[in-house]
Amino acid sequence: MYTQALDTHGKEPVPPVAGEADSHAARFQARIDEEEKIEPKDWMPEAYRQTLIRQISQHAHSEIVGMLPEGNWITRAPTLKRKAVLIAKVQDEGGHGMYLYSAAETLGISRAEMLEQLLSGAAKYSSIFNYPTLTWADIGAIGWLVDGAAIMNQIPICRCSYGPYARAMVRICKEESFHQRQGFEIMLTLTQGTHAQRAMAQDALNRWWWPSLMMFGPSDADSKHTAQSMRWKIKRFSNDELRQKFIDITVPQAHFLGLTIPDDELHWDEDAQHYRVGPIDWSEFHAVLKGSGPCNRERLEARRRAHEAGRWVREAALAHAARHAGGSLPASPSGEST
Amino acid sequence: MSETDWPLFEVFIRSRSGLEHKHVGSIHAADARMAIEHARDVYTRRQEGVSLWVVRSADIVASDPGEAEALFEPARDKVYRHPTFYAIPEEVKNL
Amino acid sequence: MSATLAMPGAPDMTPEEARCVYVLRLADTSLVLGQRLAEWIGHAPALEEDLGLANLSLDLIGQARLFLTYAGELEGRGRDEDALAFLRDAPEFLNLALAEQPNGDFGHTIVRQWLIDAWQLEVYAALEHSADTRLAAIAAKAVRETRYHYRFSSGWLVRLGDGTPESHGRVQRALDELWRFTPELFTPDEIDERMSRAGLAPSLAELEPRWSARIDEALRAATLVRPVTRPYPWHGKRGIHTEHLGHLLGEMQHLQRTYPGARW
Repeated sequence: MYTQALDTHGKEPVPPVAGEADSHAARFQARIDEEEKIEPKDWMPEAYRQTLIRQISQHAHSEIVGMLPEGNWITRAPTLKRKAVLIAKVQDEGGHGMYLYSAAETLGISRAEMLEQLLSGAAKYSSIFNYPTLTWADIGAIGWLVDGAAIMNQIPICRCSYGPYARAMVRICKEESFHQRQGFEIMLTLTQGTHAQRAMAQDALNRWWWPSLMMFGPSDADSKHTAQSMRWKIKRFSNDELRQKFIDITVPQAHFLGLTIPDDELHWDEDAQHYRVGPIDWSEFHAVLKGSGPCNRERLEARRRAHEAGRWVREAALAHAARHAGGSLPASPSGEST
Repeated sequence: MSETDWPLFEVFIRSRSGLEHKHVGSIHAADARMAIEHARDVYTRRQEGVSLWVVRSADIVASDPGEAEALFEPARDKVYRHPTFYAIPEEVKNL
Repeated sequence: MSATLAMPGAPDMTPEEARCVYVLRLADTSLVLGQRLAEWIGHAPALEEDLGLANLSLDLIGQARLFLTYAGELEGRGRDEDALAFLRDAPEFLNLALAEQPNGDFGHTIVRQWLIDAWQLEVYAALEHSADTRLAAIAAKAVRETRYHYRFSSGWLVRLGDGTPESHGRVQRALDELWRFTPELFTPDEIDERMSRAGLAPSLAELEPRWSARIDEALRAATLVRPVTRPYPWHGKRGIHTEHLGHLLGEMQHLQRTYPGARW
C-alpha cells in the first residue's frame, strides 16, 4: 500500500561483476524492454534482486505497521457498521502485507529475516504511519488521503517487471478501492453533521494533508535511484508526477466536502492546468523517516511486544506439529444438526 | 531473536466448480490444518473460492528455467499436434 | 448478595418481552465477545492470527447486528442496533459473564473462545428448529460461522495444551480461571424455560451433555485437566456482571455518549 521512494538505506546498488554477467544483463534488459515478466527462478542482476527485496519488504512492513493507527479506533468505532468496515479494512492491510512478504520470499529472503529487519529498526516503512490517530475523523482522512495516495502509487506497480510483485499488486489494488471510498464516506458524513463533527473533519485534514503529500517521496531531482528503477520497470512514474496527479484529484474533493486545504499558497495554475501547492517541509519528512516522528517508537514497540508475547504460541504450535506429524487435532464438527 | 519460522505453504484455489486450482500466493503455518485456515483467512475473504489446496513449498518441484529451452522448445516445431495444421475440405462435416 | 437483582418481573413479562430478552442475550454475548477479539488486531502472535481473529470478530459482530435488530423490533420502542449497542448501560447488557472476561494472553483468549464456541454450536444448531422463523434463519447462518470458530479455537487449544510445557501451563491456568463462568451456560432461568416450553428455544439441560462430551474430547487431545465445577450464580444473562464490562462499554460507547444525537 505504501511504496514511498525508500529504495536505499543510503547505500549504492551492488555493481555487476564484469564479463560473463554482461551478456546475461543485456538479455535481461532486453526482456524488460519487451515487457516480459521476470519470474522467481529467472536470472537477474543481483542489484535488481536486492532493490526488489528492499522495496517489496518495505512495502509489506508499511502495510503491517499501517494496521496500528487505524486499529487504534476499532474498539471505539461509533456504529456497528463502521466497526465492521474498519475491521475488514485493517484485516485487508494485514493481508496485503502477507501477499507482499510472499512475493519477497520468492527472491530468497525469509519472512523471519524481514520481520527481524523491521523489529530491529533496520528496515524502513512508510513515514505516514508514524503519525497518531487522534479522532474518529482521522480514520476518514486516512482512508480518503492516505489510501488515495497509495492507490496512485500502486496502480503503476501492477505492471512492474517482476511477476510475483505485479500479481500481488493486482490483488491489492482490487481490494484497495473500498478503502478509499469508506474514508471519503466518513468525511462526507462528518461534514454533513454537527458543528463539532465538521470541526473534527477539518482538524483531521489539517493534520494529514502534508504528510500525505510526502508519501510520494522527495522530488526526483533529489532521489538517487529513480533512473535505474525506471530502467528495470520497478518504478514506472516519477514521484513528482504521481504527487501532482494526487493533488489535482484531491483538491476538488476537499472543495466538495466544504473543507479548506491547509495551504495558503494553494492555487490553480491556468496555463499548466494543475493545482500548485506551497513548499513541502522535507525536514519533517526526513526526521520522521529517521525515527523522530510522533509515533515511531510506539509503532515499533507495539510490533515488538506482539512478536515477543507471541513467541511461546509460535513455539508451541511447532512443538505440537513435530510430535504429531500425522495429525491429531480433533475433527471439525460435522454438519449434522441435533 | 533467532527462532524457527513456521514452514511456508503455497496456496491454490479453485474459484468455481469446473475450473482448475490456481496458484494465488503463500502463507506460513505450523501444520497442514492451520495452513488451510490461514489460506482461507488470507485468500478467500471475498468468496474467491470453493476449494483450497495447500502444499509445503519445499515439496514443490519446479522445472529449471536454465533448461527451459530443452524442455519447451522442441514442442515448437511439432505443429502437427495442432488441429489447424490439417487442411480438410469445407464440405466435410464433423471433423 | 442477591443474584436476582436485574431481572425483576420476569414471570410477569409478556411473551414478546421474554422473547426480546432471550434474543438480547444472544446478541450481547456475540457483541461483547466480538469486541474482545477486535482488541487483538495488530497484536496477535503471528500475522495470520491477526487475520484469523479479525474474521471471528467480524462474524460475531455480524451476528450481534442481526440479533440486535430483531430485539429492537420485538421491543417496539424504535431502538435500532446502534441504539441498543451504544446507549445501554452495563446492568442492561445480558451477555454471558464469560464473554466479557479480559483477553489475557493468547491462551486465555483461546480458552474463552473455545468454551463459548462449543456452547454456541449447540444453541445455534438447536435454534435452527425454533418455531420463530426469524431466529431460525439467523441461527442457520450463525451455526456455519461457529463451526469454523470451533475448528479454529479447538485446534489452538490442542496445539497449546499439547505443545510446550510453557504453553500447557498457561492454558491450564486459563482454564482453571475461566471455568467458574461455565455454570451459567447451561443453568436455565424463567426466560429460558418459557422460550423452551413455547418451542422457540432449546432446553439447556438437553444440550449440556453434548457440550460436555465435546469439551472432554478436546481436553483429552489437549492433555488438559477439566476443573471442578462450582456453582456461580452471578449471571451476566441476568444483568449481573463482573467489573470488566463497564470498562469495555466505556471504551466502546465513548463517541456516541460524547456527541449525543450525531449521525456517524
